[in-house]
Amino acid sequence: MTDKKPKNVFKEGPISSEFIGNSIYKHQTKTSIGAHNIFLGQVRADVIDNKTVAAIEYTAYEDMANQKFHEIREAAFEKFELTCMHIYHSLGMVKAGEICLFVFVSSPRRKVVFEALEYVVEAIKADVPVFGKEIFEDETHQWKVNS
Amino acid sequence: MTLTIKYFGVIAEITQCHEEVLEFTKSSIDDLLSLLFDKYPKIKTKDFQVAMHNEIVSRDAVVSTHEIALLPPFAGG
Repeated sequence: MTDKKPKNVFKEGPISSEFIGNSIYKHQTKTSIGAHNIFLGQVRADVIDNKTVAAIEYTAYEDMANQKFHEIREAAFEKFELTCMHIYHSLGMVKAGEICLFVFVSSPRRKVVFEALEYVVEAIKADVPVFGKEIFEDETHQWKVNS
Repeated sequence: MTLTIKYFGVIAEITQCHEEVLEFTKSSIDDLLSLLFDKYPKIKTKDFQVAMHNEIVSRDAVVSTHEIALLPPFAGG
Protein backbone atom coordinates (compact mmCIF):
# COMPACT_ATOMS: atom_id res chain seq x y z
CA MET A 1 0.00 0.00 0.00
CA THR A 2 2.99 2.34 -0.02
CA ASP A 3 3.92 4.66 -2.87
CA LYS A 4 7.36 4.39 -4.38
CA LYS A 5 7.79 8.03 -5.38
CA PRO A 6 7.61 10.98 -2.95
CA LYS A 7 4.30 12.83 -3.26
CA ASN A 8 3.86 16.53 -2.72
CA VAL A 9 2.65 16.90 0.84
CA PHE A 10 2.37 20.70 0.71
CA LYS A 11 -0.75 22.77 0.21
CA GLU A 12 -0.80 26.53 -0.19
CA GLY A 13 -2.46 28.23 2.79
CA PRO A 14 -4.49 26.68 5.63
CA ILE A 15 -6.06 23.21 5.48
CA SER A 16 -9.83 23.66 5.54
CA SER A 17 -12.27 21.66 7.64
CA GLU A 18 -14.11 20.84 4.37
CA PHE A 19 -10.93 19.22 3.03
CA ILE A 20 -10.51 17.22 6.24
CA GLY A 21 -14.16 16.17 6.29
CA ASN A 22 -13.96 15.13 2.67
CA SER A 23 -10.87 13.00 3.39
CA ILE A 24 -12.81 11.14 6.07
CA TYR A 25 -15.75 10.68 3.70
CA LYS A 26 -13.51 9.18 1.00
CA HIS A 27 -12.50 6.37 3.39
CA GLN A 28 -16.04 5.08 3.79
CA THR A 29 -15.50 2.77 0.81
CA LYS A 30 -12.42 1.20 2.46
CA THR A 31 -14.31 -1.20 4.68
CA SER A 32 -11.31 -3.18 5.97
CA ILE A 33 -10.56 -0.13 8.13
CA GLY A 34 -11.82 -0.28 11.71
CA ALA A 35 -10.04 2.75 13.18
CA HIS A 36 -8.86 6.16 12.02
CA ASN A 37 -6.75 8.58 13.99
CA ILE A 38 -6.24 12.21 13.02
CA PHE A 39 -3.77 14.85 14.13
CA LEU A 40 -4.48 18.49 13.35
CA GLY A 41 -1.78 21.06 14.00
CA GLN A 42 -3.32 24.48 14.65
CA VAL A 43 -1.49 27.81 14.72
CA ARG A 44 -1.45 29.05 18.30
CA ALA A 45 -1.72 32.75 19.17
CA ASP A 46 1.33 32.65 21.45
CA VAL A 47 2.05 35.78 23.46
CA ILE A 48 5.78 36.58 23.47
CA ASP A 49 7.01 39.79 25.15
CA ASN A 50 3.45 41.14 25.19
CA LYS A 51 3.06 40.59 21.45
CA THR A 52 0.53 38.13 20.06
CA VAL A 53 1.23 35.79 17.13
CA ALA A 54 -1.32 36.58 14.38
CA ALA A 55 -0.11 34.08 11.77
CA ILE A 56 2.74 31.80 10.75
CA GLU A 57 4.22 31.99 7.27
CA TYR A 58 5.59 28.56 6.34
CA THR A 59 8.40 27.89 3.91
CA ALA A 60 10.26 24.64 3.25
CA TYR A 61 13.17 23.07 1.48
CA GLU A 62 10.53 21.32 -0.56
CA ASP A 63 12.62 18.62 -2.28
CA MET A 64 14.16 17.42 0.94
CA ALA A 65 10.92 17.86 2.88
CA ASN A 66 8.92 15.71 0.46
CA GLN A 67 11.72 13.12 0.56
CA LYS A 68 11.60 13.11 4.38
CA PHE A 69 7.79 12.84 4.43
CA HIS A 70 8.17 9.88 2.09
CA GLU A 71 10.74 8.19 4.35
CA ILE A 72 8.55 8.75 7.43
CA ARG A 73 5.62 7.23 5.56
CA GLU A 74 7.62 4.19 4.45
CA ALA A 75 8.97 3.68 7.99
CA ALA A 76 5.47 3.94 9.47
CA PHE A 77 4.06 1.34 7.06
CA GLU A 78 6.95 -0.94 7.98
CA LYS A 79 6.46 -0.52 11.75
CA PHE A 80 2.67 -0.52 12.00
CA GLU A 81 -0.17 -2.44 10.39
CA LEU A 82 -1.69 0.49 8.53
CA THR A 83 -4.24 0.41 5.76
CA CYS A 84 -3.47 3.94 4.64
CA MET A 85 -1.92 7.22 5.67
CA HIS A 86 -2.21 10.81 4.46
CA ILE A 87 -0.09 13.82 5.37
CA TYR A 88 -0.72 17.44 4.35
CA HIS A 89 1.29 20.47 5.48
CA SER A 90 0.65 24.12 4.72
CA LEU A 91 2.98 26.54 2.99
CA GLY A 92 2.51 30.30 3.05
CA MET A 93 0.31 32.18 5.49
CA VAL A 94 -1.75 30.36 8.10
CA LYS A 95 -3.57 32.55 10.62
CA ALA A 96 -3.89 31.77 14.34
CA GLY A 97 -6.68 29.24 14.77
CA GLU A 98 -6.26 27.73 11.31
CA ILE A 99 -4.91 24.25 10.56
CA CYS A 100 -1.35 23.86 9.20
CA LEU A 101 -0.79 20.08 9.52
CA PHE A 102 -3.18 17.21 8.86
CA VAL A 103 -2.05 13.63 9.50
CA PHE A 104 -4.53 10.82 8.96
CA VAL A 105 -3.74 7.16 9.71
CA SER A 106 -6.08 4.20 9.28
CA SER A 107 -5.87 0.56 10.32
CA PRO A 108 -8.14 -2.43 10.87
CA ARG A 109 -7.62 -2.07 14.65
CA ARG A 110 -7.53 0.86 17.07
CA LYS A 111 -4.33 0.29 19.11
CA VAL A 112 -2.13 0.64 16.07
CA VAL A 113 -3.43 4.05 15.05
CA PHE A 114 -2.64 5.69 18.40
CA GLU A 115 0.99 4.60 18.25
CA ALA A 116 1.40 5.22 14.54
CA LEU A 117 0.02 8.74 14.68
CA GLU A 118 2.36 9.79 17.48
CA TYR A 119 5.31 8.26 15.67
CA VAL A 120 4.51 10.10 12.43
CA VAL A 121 3.84 13.50 14.02
CA GLU A 122 7.02 13.40 16.14
CA ALA A 123 9.10 12.38 13.11
CA ILE A 124 7.64 15.26 11.08
CA LYS A 125 8.53 17.75 13.80
CA ALA A 126 12.09 16.43 14.11
CA ASP A 127 13.15 15.57 10.55
CA VAL A 128 11.31 17.70 7.99
CA PRO A 129 12.88 21.00 6.89
CA VAL A 130 9.92 23.32 7.30
CA PHE A 131 10.43 26.85 8.63
CA GLY A 132 7.90 29.07 10.36
CA LYS A 133 7.94 32.83 10.54
CA GLU A 134 5.73 33.88 13.45
CA ILE A 135 4.14 37.17 12.50
CA PHE A 136 2.88 39.32 15.35
CA GLU A 137 -0.15 41.60 15.28
CA ASP A 138 2.17 44.63 14.96
CA GLU A 139 3.76 43.01 11.84
CA THR A 140 7.13 42.33 13.48
CA HIS A 141 8.22 38.69 13.42
CA GLN A 142 10.40 35.96 14.89
CA TRP A 143 11.40 32.51 13.65
CA LYS A 144 9.64 29.57 15.27
CA VAL A 145 11.66 26.64 16.64
CA ASN A 146 10.04 23.28 17.44
CA SER A 147 10.44 22.35 21.08
CA MET B 1 32.92 23.35 -9.24
CA THR B 2 29.81 25.48 -9.48
CA LEU B 3 27.54 25.21 -6.47
CA THR B 4 24.03 26.44 -5.81
CA ILE B 5 23.65 27.37 -2.16
CA LYS B 6 20.10 27.49 -0.80
CA TYR B 7 19.15 29.59 2.21
CA PHE B 8 16.03 29.37 4.37
CA GLY B 9 14.34 31.18 7.22
CA VAL B 10 16.54 33.40 9.33
CA ILE B 11 19.59 32.49 7.21
CA ALA B 12 17.88 33.81 4.05
CA GLU B 13 17.10 37.01 5.94
CA ILE B 14 20.80 37.54 6.53
CA THR B 15 21.93 36.66 3.00
CA GLN B 16 18.96 38.57 1.54
CA CYS B 17 18.48 35.89 -1.09
CA HIS B 18 17.07 32.35 -1.19
CA GLU B 19 19.86 30.96 -3.33
CA GLU B 20 23.08 31.88 -5.01
CA VAL B 21 25.55 30.28 -7.38
CA LEU B 22 29.23 30.33 -6.57
CA GLU B 23 32.49 28.76 -7.66
CA PHE B 24 34.01 26.40 -5.12
CA THR B 25 37.55 25.09 -5.44
CA LYS B 26 38.10 23.50 -2.05
CA SER B 27 36.76 20.30 -0.56
CA SER B 28 34.70 20.15 2.64
CA ILE B 29 31.50 21.69 3.96
CA ASP B 30 33.73 23.44 6.50
CA ASP B 31 35.70 25.07 3.67
CA LEU B 32 32.46 26.21 2.09
CA LEU B 33 31.19 27.61 5.38
CA SER B 34 34.42 29.62 5.84
CA LEU B 35 33.70 31.26 2.50
CA LEU B 36 30.12 31.98 3.48
CA PHE B 37 31.10 33.30 6.92
CA ASP B 38 33.47 35.77 5.24
CA LYS B 39 30.64 36.95 3.02
CA TYR B 40 27.91 36.91 5.67
CA PRO B 41 29.53 37.11 9.14
CA LYS B 42 26.14 37.08 10.89
CA ILE B 43 25.40 33.51 9.77
CA LYS B 44 28.10 32.34 12.14
CA THR B 45 26.03 33.34 15.16
CA LYS B 46 22.98 31.35 13.99
CA ASP B 47 22.05 27.76 14.65
CA PHE B 48 21.78 25.80 11.37
CA GLN B 49 22.46 22.43 9.75
CA VAL B 50 23.81 21.68 6.29
CA ALA B 51 22.06 19.37 3.82
CA MET B 52 23.46 17.63 0.78
CA HIS B 53 21.53 15.06 -1.34
CA ASN B 54 18.50 15.78 0.89
CA GLU B 55 20.34 14.56 4.00
CA ILE B 56 21.87 16.42 6.93
CA VAL B 57 25.66 16.12 6.73
CA SER B 58 28.48 16.85 9.14
CA ARG B 59 30.79 19.78 8.58
CA ASP B 60 33.77 17.61 7.67
CA ALA B 61 31.81 15.95 4.83
CA VAL B 62 33.25 16.41 1.34
CA VAL B 63 31.11 18.48 -1.02
CA SER B 64 29.83 15.93 -3.55
CA THR B 65 26.84 17.58 -5.18
CA HIS B 66 25.96 20.90 -6.80
CA GLU B 67 23.23 21.85 -4.37
CA ILE B 68 23.91 22.61 -0.72
CA ALA B 69 21.28 23.92 1.69
CA LEU B 70 21.69 25.81 4.97
CA LEU B 71 18.78 24.87 7.21
CA PRO B 72 17.89 26.75 10.39
CA PRO B 73 15.91 24.93 13.13
CA PHE B 74 12.80 23.13 11.87
CA ALA B 75 9.34 24.40 12.75
CA GLY B 76 6.99 22.02 10.93
CA GLY B 77 3.50 21.26 12.27
